[in-house]
Amino acid sequence: MHKRLMDKPWFAVICMIGAVLVVWYIAALLLNGNQLINTLERKKVAWSYSHIVTEAYGIKRPPLPVPHQIAAELYKTVFDTKVTSKRSLLYHTQITLNSTLLGFTLGVFLGILIAVGIVHNRTLEASLMPWVIASQTIPILAIAPIIVVVLGAINLTGLVPKSLISMYLSFFPVTIGMVKGLRAADKLHSELLMTYNASARQVFWKLRWFAAQPYLFASLKIAIAAALVGAIVAELPTGAQGGLGSRLLSGSYYGQTVQIWSALVMSALLGCLLVWLVTLMESWVLKRRGLTV
Amino acid sequence: MMLVTESTNAATDNIEAAISPEFGADSASEPQTGRQMIGIKDLSLVFETNDGPVHALSHIDLDIREGDFVSFIGPSGCGKTTLLRVIADLEKQTGGTIHVDGTSPEDARLNRMYGYVFQAPALFPWRTIAENCALPLEISSQTKEKQRRQVDKYLAMVGLQDFHKKFPWQLSGGMQQRASIARALCLEPDLLLMDEPFGALDEITRDHLNLELLNIWESTGKTVVFVTHSIPEAVLLSTHIVVMSPRPGRIAKVIKSPLPRHKTLAMRDSDTFNALASQIREVLATDHQID
Repeated sequence: MHKRLMDKPWFAVICMIGAVLVVWYIAALLLNGNQLINTLERKKVAWSYSHIVTEAYGIKRPPLPVPHQIAAELYKTVFDTKVTSKRSLLYHTQITLNSTLLGFTLGVFLGILIAVGIVHNRTLEASLMPWVIASQTIPILAIAPIIVVVLGAINLTGLVPKSLISMYLSFFPVTIGMVKGLRAADKLHSELLMTYNASARQVFWKLRWFAAQPYLFASLKIAIAAALVGAIVAELPTGAQGGLGSRLLSGSYYGQTVQIWSALVMSALLGCLLVWLVTLMESWVLKRRGLTV
Repeated sequence: MMLVTESTNAATDNIEAAISPEFGADSASEPQTGRQMIGIKDLSLVFETNDGPVHALSHIDLDIREGDFVSFIGPSGCGKTTLLRVIADLEKQTGGTIHVDGTSPEDARLNRMYGYVFQAPALFPWRTIAENCALPLEISSQTKEKQRRQVDKYLAMVGLQDFHKKFPWQLSGGMQQRASIARALCLEPDLLLMDEPFGALDEITRDHLNLELLNIWESTGKTVVFVTHSIPEAVLLSTHIVVMSPRPGRIAKVIKSPLPRHKTLAMRDSDTFNALASQIREVLATDHQID
């Protein structure tokens, strides 16, 4: 009985979560307790350890909030607040989601376009590839404010600059994956089409496009996560009209650590959901195409 | 049944004499009257490699007539596949001339004048069997109606009429190869180029597909060029057997089959069949001694 329990995969998962929670609560007790002691000593109030232990998990702006505080904040800002309210976390999530999805879509199109160009034209490969790679070596934190300011000067604010930063991050994995994928067509299949005197367009739409699909989906998973990061980073310098990024920023301005953590948890959940949706689409498309057994 | 060894010596010297009484006037060794389908003169192909030039094909002369079933046989490295690829314009010769159906191999390819069957089925895994067969028709912009008609006809011809909607991985290796033959037939080319199409199949499936191919060849009157490394397969199928040798790849001998065009598996037990097989074996052996 005991041995069987150990073999269950969920048992390992629960043990892992349990261990993380234990470490988290101990760390929170140490960090928050220290702060509490400092404050009380400054105020010259007498304190006892039992008092500290009961108070450490209830501070309003703790250095390290504990999971149940974050859960309570999440519950309050997700279920107890109207979605249209600026206090609702869903309101901000939806703003970030919009620019993520728009940026992702643009990035996928741009990425595929560049890959098609590179695969069909040697000159384009030599001239474009260094720029594609260089674009990703610049820290996004450095380039995001520049894009926002430049676009702001021509009166483009809000969704568009944020999406462009998402696009900037998400086109890269798509280009790299698609260049590899479009070249992954079976040699025999290519020769077969040659014997049919197929045009380059036919070779692309009947062979290369399908041969690239497994690579495309692998890239899409990276790209959508990158698009979310891009959208959040873009919300930091935009003057924070809304979005998970602005929640992070305003949280750190006002020392609202619980707010920061709940925004972090929300963005992690959103990221998981988006990648899961791409995975779902992948298995649906590939199964329909007979590409996986 | 007669003893194999008895007929071998006589047949290799004078094959005509050994077979004539057995199969009579239907023999494929009748003088050829068909027009030329493939004409090759003094053709050479040299691959430049890091180790210096490799003479894949050297001074090939060959004349293939319309309606012939010609097999290229020889050990690996003898250039039989390369020669087929030159005919298909998948390789370019470095010397000599070649004509396919009166034009250059390139024009023949651009006009989709031949169907090519690879050693592997080379079906697109994301297409159903019917969609795979329709591929050459789609590429040559045939109407949907014509596509459907051709696919129905040729899938039925190879015995796959119930597998239209299956994906390649749902079929056995033999069925996949049959589908790839149906695909090659769909364009109704006069010339069928086959590169060891049954090489990867078990012997039982192979026998079955050999007969099927013979039926198709007999009923359609196509010209078939067939690469194989199986002597019995070459003897069973061919009107002409081109025996090739390696280093440099060249034609050792062209043997005209004395067997009739209409063949049965039972013929494999006949004297004529065995005489022809041992003649091929002898040519291959002689040439290997030179090596």
